[in-house]
Amino acid sequence: MNTTIINDQNTGDTAVLPERIKGFPFPFSSDSYRYSANVEPAHKIVQTDVGSWGSSLIDVDEYYLSDLKEREKVLEKDPSRTAVLPHMRPAVWDAITTLLPAMAEDHPDTMSYHREGNVCRWTNTLQNLELEFTVGDDDSLPMGPMRFLGSQITDDIVFLDPREDTLWLDAGLVTFAADWSFGFDVGMKFMEVHTPVPRVTTEPVINRAHQFLLRLQPGEQFRRTNWTMTVDRRLDTSTESYPEWARDRGTIANDPDLPNRLHLRVEVQHMLCLPHTGAVLFLVRTYLLPLSDIAQVPVWRERAGHVLAELPDDMAEYKGIIRYRKAASDWLLAGE
Amino acid sequence: MTMTALQPEVHHAVKDGLQLEVTDVTRQTESIVSITFADPSGAPLPSYVPGSHLVVQCGTGANAYSLTGSGTAPSEYTISVLQVADGAGGSLAMHRLAAGDLVYVSRPRSAFAPAATARHFLLVAAGIGITPVLSHARACAEWGIAADLIYVHRPGAGAHVTEAKELLGSAVTECSDRVSFQKTLAEKLTTQPLGTHLYVCGPVAFMDAVLDQAREHGWPSARLHSEAFGAAELDAGEPFTVNLARSGVKLNVPAGVSLLETLEQAGKAIPNMCRKGICGECSLSVLRGKPQHRDLYLSDQEKAENTTMMCCVSRSLDEELELDL
Repeated sequence: MNTTIINDQNTGDTAVLPERIKGFPFPFSSDSYRYSANVEPAHKIVQTDVGSWGSSLIDVDEYYLSDLKEREKVLEKDPSRTAVLPHMRPAVWDAITTLLPAMAEDHPDTMSYHREGNVCRWTNTLQNLELEFTVGDDDSLPMGPMRFLGSQITDDIVFLDPREDTLWLDAGLVTFAADWSFGFDVGMKFMEVHTPVPRVTTEPVINRAHQFLLRLQPGEQFRRTNWTMTVDRRLDTSTESYPEWARDRGTIANDPDLPNRLHLRVEVQHMLCLPHTGAVLFLVRTYLLPLSDIAQVPVWRERAGHVLAELPDDMAEYKGIIRYRKAASDWLLAGE
Repeated sequence: MTMTALQPEVHHAVKDGLQLEVTDVTRQTESIVSITFADPSGAPLPSYVPGSHLVVQCGTGANAYSLTGSGTAPSEYTISVLQVADGAGGSLAMHRLAAGDLVYVSRPRSAFAPAATARHFLLVAAGIGITPVLSHARACAEWGIAADLIYVHRPGAGAHVTEAKELLGSAVTECSDRVSFQKTLAEKLTTQPLGTHLYVCGPVAFMDAVLDQAREHGWPSARLHSEAFGAAELDAGEPFTVNLARSGVKLNVPAGVSLLETLEQAGKAIPNMCRKGICGECSLSVLRGKPQHRDLYLSDQEKAENTTMMCCVSRSLDEELELDL
């Protein structure tokens, strides 16, 4: 569904709000934001002020096909957005045989999965796709296992290999990074990947997350949210494409079209311990909603406004929003 | 066929687990039987990491046993159980299981996982320690990775020998006396290709001896792995009492039940998210008594103050805790 009816924000009538707002994982529960290990079990449905989100592991929404098309374009231009170190091959297969059946279960009208021994049959009617492949045989999938997985889910995909009491970022496919480079991070340890996060040494959050991920048992599935902001509905804000999007951050504050161009970017991050390899799978699904949509929900308008106004400078700097967060909060808090 | 009713009391170690049916019992040796479980409806079972174990409830007790399959999309789980004459009785009850019996088991738990980066495996097993190592050997065969196996057992008392030889061929060396084992081990420890990981399972003294010898030969500890049951899970803990100061209520927290679950059962709404001791949501104020901190959330200093606890995983060192609730 893709309605564009703008409701009267004073009536609080949520029935006519479009799906993109009703299903949006609005991340703020109070008027200020700090890092926390906001981890909860996957699949738990979260009620928001106007709807809900979180029932599926892999969300298939109105952006499914267009986001995948965007991913293909990015990969064609820049193959460094995906890599699989040789020892991670089994983990990629483990992810395929874990995620496809989960998708079929959550979306039975459009997808189906059957496995007989190592032979799997996968149907995805949204893509007019019907294929048979053999687990462990990389040539049985047209683009190879990693690219294939990235063509079925819109989440960015990162594999962490647990060994030597730490986690190694040894495989993945990331086309929608929020200001980081997958290609740069491949082969790094978890704590090395997170070195740029401010307060990383003074706040125990990252180390706590590290310990948590190391102790996950095979089959366990958790999730958390994270957020930043992006000018326009641009999914690829990676380090690699920096020249294309960085300039907007300096000009958006004075753009009269700010409410429509500036988006709240929310990542729903799933953390799974894969059942057969024990590798940790980190999935990042990116949602973008313009401030003009946020403002259709009065509670969101106000809370987002306060969070942006209150956020400490170092955190605003790291999120890359410091130059326009005041303009954004001013607009949001200006109210009706 | 005997049908045994499911035990009414579910042991804490198999809570949130599976109810499976015994489909086969095969005698391996005089004292070892292999028991196979499947879902009564024929549904596929969760995959598992090679070297994983299953906790099986038998009678009122529950014991961990290594799974012997490769863990790839299994339709059944097979364990092998050594009858221990002077054990706690768990093995005797297991040996009495027959096809058709229903049992509670945990989900497979991984604590002896193969390193993904290993280019070769040196597997060393003594006696019933063959079971997790057999799982590794099967996974190696599936992914085309070479492995050596040294298997120590009393003459004629080796379990799974035929299967191991089918998987690894001449890379299996059987030893039935100390001298030949020492000779084989010394030779294997010094002739492994670069990138080899060693996995050992057997009695603790045996594992320690093998690991010591490997270190003496210059093996880095990151390449050495030994089986340690239950290392990754929290134990059930001791029962204790909580006194809710503001409500004037006393509650008993039994072993195997968390404080959070106890409070919820008593109708208290405690904010919580992860239920695993990391998110910090279920924090409670402690007025009296020493909590047994088992969370990842509080700092060491906060833990030492004993004024706050995470009720999803933490328990009590004292018989009674008083909480600001």
